[in-house]
Amino acid sequence: MATNSKTKEQQKYEQLEKKHELKRPVLKNCVKAFFVGGLICAIGQAVTYFYIYFFPFTEQTAGNPTVATMVFFSMLLTGFGVYDRLGQFAGAGSAVPVTGFGNAVISASIEHRTEGYVLGVGGNMFKLAGSVIAFGVFSAFIVGIIKTIIVQWSGW
Amino acid sequence: MKQGKQSWVFVNKPTIISTGVTGGPFEAKGKIAEEFDYLHDDLWMGEDSYEKAHRLLIEEAVDIALQKAKLNKKDIDFFIAGDLINQLTPTSFAARTNQIPYFGLFGACSTSMEGLALSSFIIDHNGANYIVTGSASHNAAAEKQFRYPTEYGGQKPPTAQWTATAAGMALVAKNNQQANLPYTIYATVGKVVDLGMSDPFNMGGAMAPAAADTIFQHFQDLNIDHHYYDLIVTGDLGKIGRSTSLELLKEKGINIPEDKYQDCGLLLYNEDQPVMAGGSGSGCSAAVLYGHLLNEMKKGKYKRILCVATGALLSPLSYQQKETIPCIAHAVAIGIDT
Repeated sequence: MATNSKTKEQQKYEQLEKKHELKRPVLKNCVKAFFVGGLICAIGQAVTYFYIYFFPFTEQTAGNPTVATMVFFSMLLTGFGVYDRLGQFAGAGSAVPVTGFGNAVISASIEHRTEGYVLGVGGNMFKLAGSVIAFGVFSAFIVGIIKTIIVQWSGW
Repeated sequence: MKQGKQSWVFVNKPTIISTGVTGGPFEAKGKIAEEFDYLHDDLWMGEDSYEKAHRLLIEEAVDIALQKAKLNKKDIDFFIAGDLINQLTPTSFAARTNQIPYFGLFGACSTSMEGLALSSFIIDHNGANYIVTGSASHNAAAEKQFRYPTEYGGQKPPTAQWTATAAGMALVAKNNQQANLPYTIYATVGKVVDLGMSDPFNMGGAMAPAAADTIFQHFQDLNIDHHYYDLIVTGDLGKIGRSTSLELLKEKGINIPEDKYQDCGLLLYNEDQPVMAGGSGSGCSAAVLYGHLLNEMKKGKYKRILCVATGALLSPLSYQQKETIPCIAHAVAIGIDT
């Protein structure tokens, strides 16, 4: 039954089941996500300042090494089996920053190591992160076009 | 012998003469750890993939069951078992090792009772002298196939269940009037029930109607009620499925007392383990029944129990294609004469 229209019996059951269902603690999850996500971003900010003060980077160019460093931290935490526990605790807080993206790529690579480097690691590395890249690049492209058109027309 | 719409009566009382139960590190910290025959302290179990570790769990459980009964693999007529992995490779590869004529079963988490019902029927009708039956699951292998990589930091909702790393095998034989051995009395074969639930992180909620349907039919077919049993135990409904199915049964006029209605998914782990709504996986009901519950029966705690193993018959593909989750439950009644 792939249709969206539910029979009477199914609707009745859905209501009954809802009573017993354990609810997601949404508010608690939001608070945890806010603080863990904030903490990760604060660390990222510290890394940015580190590159600005100790290396010849500016505020505009420090982004790239910062992202690379944060993904490196995420890789270590994933490999040591810490990031999945952090994820269960923090939810979106650890999934939305770039470290979550790193975790998605790295965990899939580790998982499929048993199928070899080519078919396993290479083939499955972007199993989870692939659609983030695909739609991320695509939406950046669309936004880029819109910006170009506006800039051209308004003659800035 | 068939009775009613969906049930069998086993007149010759096929006997479970021995069992073998193996598990993983997480189960070793669980509530019934001491009732496992062998527990691994590592998910890899010395193998180089989770799927191979899964196969090892099954092989060991079969070996242990045979050792306890002092039988050889050559003495066994059939091996009737299954697991959750695509094409049943762990079980089939274990059957390659043990060289026992083999039927592979897929009933998701209901496989344990599907196998026990079929084995009892074959033995009861002189189709075999000895059958090894059971099921198994491996947490990391199942997560890899059905959900996300083990190290992925996704947040699971409180309705999710934890796939057990366990295998439970039972050696079923003809009854030779030996006292203090559990035997099968009835089996009720379930039909697929789908009440439109589609969240794979809430299997208990999806499977509850199947359990209620089979239990209701069992009582109808055999003309008995819950007083006939000392315990009714469901496969792996977890917290949500257990209370939902109790209410469904109440609506149908079956009032089972709370303490008499238990769930394997809630018996396997301790309260402080992070298993959300409870344990699941085809190894869960097999390990709890063949390890813990049969031991309790031998100790005299229960004289007759009804084990209702529930399975969610979905695949990662069917979920992505927005199909709802069809579910099934098979029930087997087990008794003991002390």
